[in-house]
Amino acid sequence: MGREGEVIEQLLPEFERRNPDIHVQIQQLPWTAAHEKLLTAFAGDALPDLCQLGNTWVPEFAALDALTDLDSLVARSSVVRAEDYFPGIWETNFVDGRMKGIPWYVDTRVLFFRSDLLSKAGFQTPPRSWDEWQRALAAVKKEVGPARYAILLPLNEFEPLLALGLQQEEPLLRDDGRWGGFSSPGFRRALDFYTQMFRNGWAPSLTDAGISNVWTEFAQGYFSFYISGPWNIEEFKRRLPAERQHDWMTAPLPGPHGPGASTAGGSSLVIFRSSRHVPAAWRLIEYLSEPVVQVRFHELSGNLPPRRTAWQYKRLAGDVYARAFLDQLERVRPAPAVPEWERIANEMQLTAELVVHGKMNIEEATRELDRRVDAILAKRRWMLARRKPS
Amino acid sequence: MRLSAIAWGFVAPALLVIGMFFLLPVATAAVLSLTDFDIYALADLRNLRFVGFENYARVLQTPLFWQALGNTFYFVVVGVPLSIMVSLGSALLLHSRLARFKPLFRTALFAPVVTTLVAVAVVWRYLFQTRYGMVNYALGQIGVHPIDWLGDPRTAMPTIILLAVWKNFGYNMVIFLANLQAIPEEVYEAARIDGASTFQQFVHVTLPMLAPTLLLVGIITTAGYFQLFAEPYVMTQGGPLRSTVSVLYFMYEEGFKWWNFGTASTVAMLLFVLIFAVTWGFTRVTKNEAGA
Repeated sequence: MGREGEVIEQLLPEFERRNPDIHVQIQQLPWTAAHEKLLTAFAGDALPDLCQLGNTWVPEFAALDALTDLDSLVARSSVVRAEDYFPGIWETNFVDGRMKGIPWYVDTRVLFFRSDLLSKAGFQTPPRSWDEWQRALAAVKKEVGPARYAILLPLNEFEPLLALGLQQEEPLLRDDGRWGGFSSPGFRRALDFYTQMFRNGWAPSLTDAGISNVWTEFAQGYFSFYISGPWNIEEFKRRLPAERQHDWMTAPLPGPHGPGASTAGGSSLVIFRSSRHVPAAWRLIEYLSEPVVQVRFHELSGNLPPRRTAWQYKRLAGDVYARAFLDQLERVRPAPAVPEWERIANEMQLTAELVVHGKMNIEEATRELDRRVDAILAKRRWMLARRKPS
Repeated sequence: MRLSAIAWGFVAPALLVIGMFFLLPVATAAVLSLTDFDIYALADLRNLRFVGFENYARVLQTPLFWQALGNTFYFVVVGVPLSIMVSLGSALLLHSRLARFKPLFRTALFAPVVTTLVAVAVVWRYLFQTRYGMVNYALGQIGVHPIDWLGDPRTAMPTIILLAVWKNFGYNMVIFLANLQAIPEEVYEAARIDGASTFQQFVHVTLPMLAPTLLLVGIITTAGYFQLFAEPYVMTQGGPLRSTVSVLYFMYEEGFKWWNFGTASTVAMLLFVLIFAVTWGFTRVTKNEAGA
């Protein structure tokens, strides 16, 4: 899908050379249409053997019973070894205790920041805890004045708030994903911390449509902190003007008390149940999971590998901007593995927007959010209750 | 008897097509609206429950549905009259004997109708950008502070209305123009001889002569505006604070984003009833007036 669909063509000749009996046909999908296309393909019984799947989609396709269990294949494999993968990422592929996908590349969110503005404001190192972060935000805001801001948190992106929520001890959904857990003290703390950044004037209340170009605005110092993912390393290198190239850095996400967790995103490779070529598909997964191939894939696409071994290769170990990601990947937590998650995250962000605009306070908002989430999960509760007797 | 059989033979292909592509989907949607068809049901039909009118009860208790309905009415009540007035106004200007370069203006004013909405939306988003947009720049020249057009829940819908009116007025304008040209000059002559002013001519000659067209344009525009979807979809994604979510957008989210086809079909049925009622009301009012 997307860029991955293009670069994988360059990885396949080697695979076909090693496995002359297997011929691989690729079909590229744009990310924006992939979800619908795959569901339609499922309904029309036209799914491919092997597929890349965003790891938040794995529970959904598992609910459709469209995915082959990979547990026994992994157990026998000499290439795919669980202990070499970052645990938070590995976990996203389990649904009801069964392994449904193999992580292909990872995506998590870290801090991108203007090191020059931060040091001007009196901070030589990036913040590590919420307290330090708030002090840094306040100092930067004071430094840049009323027309500019300390941090950009686009109001239509749920990932930053999700990361803050995942840093808490309480789970976001209770009782095996049956009920919303957003009224917990933990999530309320996260939401309070998030919305405070707007109340204190550190973050502009904008959606990404309101920001014309993230990179130029960052270069001009319109904001100094930005929470984003690995693809932006290449974008920042390419799009920031040359004189700004030494003024930015990445850092792991601060947590309530010291370095905190972040989201466990990325893509997995799955084999659909309808496949009649499971052994061949598995050989391709093993090939793509080899550390050397993953490093090559990183070179071609900029995506970060999910295996620790791959990170020891020079190209990744020598990248100063990637270091924060390596550090962060040891502390990633998966979002709740329920098919309804995408919608729940969306509701979570809409509620946060209400609080930012001052339409609700934290307590009302989280209670209302739980009410909506409970309604969304009603069918899931019914399904789970029905499954029990059998 | 034979004749009517032949007639049925002639209309059969058309009926077949209408039945296949119109009646059948509508009937399916009606049935779906009584079930909780969703992603689980797609996996296994045993997960499908027949819920009767539960969907209707639930949708009617959903605050977002009422908000979407309110937003849609706001859009229709402000947008339709505005759109028709702009269409009529520009048609009158184009029809005026004083107007020069008529073909040029006619084409220019019609151009938005045939322009792709997505392209238009990109340009409009730039125009209404808070810090760099031309609109705020122009307002800044006369001392107005920057307005966050698409980011403020109070101004987002008016901006969408502006876009929709600008995008659509050309179509109705052409219809009005054709009808204005069909009004015989003698009627105006008679009015002038009776001493009617230009305004009186407009009220007592032009408007009555245009009445059937006005009704038609009114119905078509209202029905079209009730189906507001593409403008908020490309401009605001329903935001900020759901202030530009229309009924159709709500339906799209339920159906194609979250795969709750049961709920989505329910919303479709409700929207159908709504448009039907409003259109019927329209014709009733005008019939009464014609009878009086």
